[in-house]
Amino acid sequence: MAGSTSVEPFAGVLAEEYMKLHPEVQIYVQGGGSTAGVEAARSHAANIGMSSRSLLPNEKDLSAVTIAKDAIAVIVHPSNPIRNLSLIQVGEVFSGKVKNWNELGGPDHPIFLVTREEGSGTREAFQKFVMEKEEISLAALVQDSNGAIRQVVSSDPNTIGYISLGLVNDKIKAVEISGVEPSVSNIENGSYTLVRPFLFLFSGEPTREAKTFVDFVLSPPAQRILSKEGLVSILPTTALN
Amino acid sequence: MRLPRRYLTQRIAKILIWMGALSTIGVMIMILFQVLREGIPALHPRFFLDSPRDMGREGGILSSIVGTAALTLLAVFVATPLGVGTAIFLREYTRESRISRIIRFGTDCLSGVPSIIFGLFGFVFFVIYLKMGWSILSGGLTVAAMILPTIISTTEEAIKGIPRSYREVSYSLGGNKWQTVTHAILPNALPGIFTGVILSVGRSIGETAAVILTAGSSLLMPTSLFSPTRTMSVHFYILAREGISMEMAYGTGAALILLVLLINTVANTLLNRYIRHRT
Amino acid sequence: MDIKEKLIEKTLLVIALSSITILALITFFIFEEGLPLIWKVGPRAFILGNRWVPSQGSFGIFPMIVSSFWVTFGALLLGIPLGLACTIFLCELTPPSIGLFLRPAIHLLAAIPSVIYGFWGLVVLVPLVRNYLGGPGLSILSGSIILGFMILPTIISISEDSIKALPKTYKEGALALGATHWQTIWRVMIPAARSGIVASIILGMGRAIGETMAMIMILGNAVKMPSSFLDSARTLTTNIGIEMGYASGDHRHALFATAIVLFIIIMILNSAAILLSRRRGGG
Repeated sequence: MAGSTSVEPFAGVLAEEYMKLHPEVQIYVQGGGSTAGVEAARSHAANIGMSSRSLLPNEKDLSAVTIAKDAIAVIVHPSNPIRNLSLIQVGEVFSGKVKNWNELGGPDHPIFLVTREEGSGTREAFQKFVMEKEEISLAALVQDSNGAIRQVVSSDPNTIGYISLGLVNDKIKAVEISGVEPSVSNIENGSYTLVRPFLFLFSGEPTREAKTFVDFVLSPPAQRILSKEGLVSILPTTALN
Repeated sequence: MRLPRRYLTQRIAKILIWMGALSTIGVMIMILFQVLREGIPALHPRFFLDSPRDMGREGGILSSIVGTAALTLLAVFVATPLGVGTAIFLREYTRESRISRIIRFGTDCLSGVPSIIFGLFGFVFFVIYLKMGWSILSGGLTVAAMILPTIISTTEEAIKGIPRSYREVSYSLGGNKWQTVTHAILPNALPGIFTGVILSVGRSIGETAAVILTAGSSLLMPTSLFSPTRTMSVHFYILAREGISMEMAYGTGAALILLVLLINTVANTLLNRYIRHRT
Repeated sequence: MDIKEKLIEKTLLVIALSSITILALITFFIFEEGLPLIWKVGPRAFILGNRWVPSQGSFGIFPMIVSSFWVTFGALLLGIPLGLACTIFLCELTPPSIGLFLRPAIHLLAAIPSVIYGFWGLVVLVPLVRNYLGGPGLSILSGSIILGFMILPTIISISEDSIKALPKTYKEGALALGATHWQTIWRVMIPAARSGIVASIILGMGRAIGETMAMIMILGNAVKMPSSFLDSARTLTTNIGIEMGYASGDHRHALFATAIVLFIIIMILNSAAILLSRRRGGG
């Protein structure tokens, strides 16, 4: 399996579980990015491609299975007084128009942006949902994984960044977007809109082992694991209990 | 009685030098100490015997250790014959000629190429072009190319140190060039060669940029040369940046430092013994 | 018998050509992957362009070249004085017994993986810079300091070799003429070992420019041209390292193109170092 590094850790946990149940099977999980996942699936370099964004029109030759939904959370340091921003404000902060925290009602200090690197599915999703036509400021700090962004924001009170909701922990604080808290229920009822699908991609018919693995991933026990890890299951919450 | 100015200058200069040197040593020790202090508590036997669980949050680093060992061994097995052969050729079979100048130029240049470029090369050549995929094989061959110059130069030094008399005795006994090499030169150059190999081992263990692009980052226990693997330094790099588990990160870092320490001490002891043995 | 000898010689020749073959392969593949993109974008736009926004097809690496230069310059600013100080300390100011213990210690420090230095920088240095000097802490300053320490063992060990290689008459003659110890060191020995010391600095510079992993951890990797030592920045190496994981198509070729520029710079530096050390060895 190869592709999005956002999906990678979750695929890894699922693979670990699956290999416990089926010791004769070996599953290798590799990163490389959503686009690389598309290529890997298409060229059969991987049995299963992983993507954290929907397929582009020219990628529709592949078949995709949604295994979970993930939200993008905008995060700040826990000591940051800001708890709510509108989507427009987030866009203005990340494009560099808003440069100081005091413009948002915070302390007088420059804002340090943290973003993912070009090519990242998370960045593309953020770009699509939040920035639209504006580009992310060139002065932004860049880290090449969500975990690293979380590290940076958790150690500097003047930073703001974005990560996958599944990675939010108590070292950082997720900001409400226009009053809506990024939570599983808000994602399910649709009020939190920064949501993207985690996809497993196939070119042509999947192999028998791949199909069994996907069936496992879509089953309640596996979805329970994903939900525990912070993703939004594709099954309704009631079905998980 | 006032000291002449130059003694004053000397005094000031020496004080500055002492300050500079001691602060440098101090900082270096601090760097090592920090990682070791936080990391050694994590180094219980289970750390070395378990594989990573839960994406690295728990368990040990066994799969990393195995992967690192396999990759390093492969690199050494490939680079040593090539390196020793090159050194023998340069010292025994040619004089200073066009060929030897070209070879030396190639070796010198190769030793200056940064590891990220080796990584790009390994990716495009081994992983993609030769279709080896992200694997111990791709990583090992790439690292072999990186340590080749070191092996060539240490072997050359070792051969240089062998007195002419050894060769003359061998020829006078009727041996031809190759027999001279295998019976007179190589056995006596062996300690020097061995030292160079050990130093290269140390270097390849710490290599990160080239390995991440060629051997992948899978945490699974590698089962063949074609399996991807996450070497110890790559694992440390990922853990350190992701903040998944500081304890594991420090532990892996400490393990790395101790390993390099061990390897270097062995190499130095052998080198000292070799020098004493020859003189 | 003779044929066997010839065969062995030819085999060894082929083996010996391995290093130059590898170098040729590296050069070929790097250029093959990167050159088309440089032509496509235009060499001037690529090297002098200020904007690196691959999603829009902008591939200008001038900020990276400048940042590489600044980080290396800062590293040398730290590394040369401290390196010389430690070298002099080792050679002249300590008894040989301490030298016996310190010298292997320095070799050891040279072998510590760069990611360890980067980690320490991230955990200790970056917060210090952020809290006392301002900026995000992930900055050129932090990178330079760590890089400076990383190249110290290189500078120290080669400079030390150069000084130890000086004929004893230099030192003894100067002292006999009435010079103080310091005057002997500073005005006689160091200038005499000059070419070796310069070679060590150039090699240190090469190592600094080529460092990747530790820099990704500490520099912050912002794409914009830095305007102060406290700004985050991105060097040629980190540009490749941080985006290689995801890049495809033109983006990937652009990263190889970055590698071409890096490669050329390093080759120039290395040739200078080789020439200098040959001159020292021959003269």
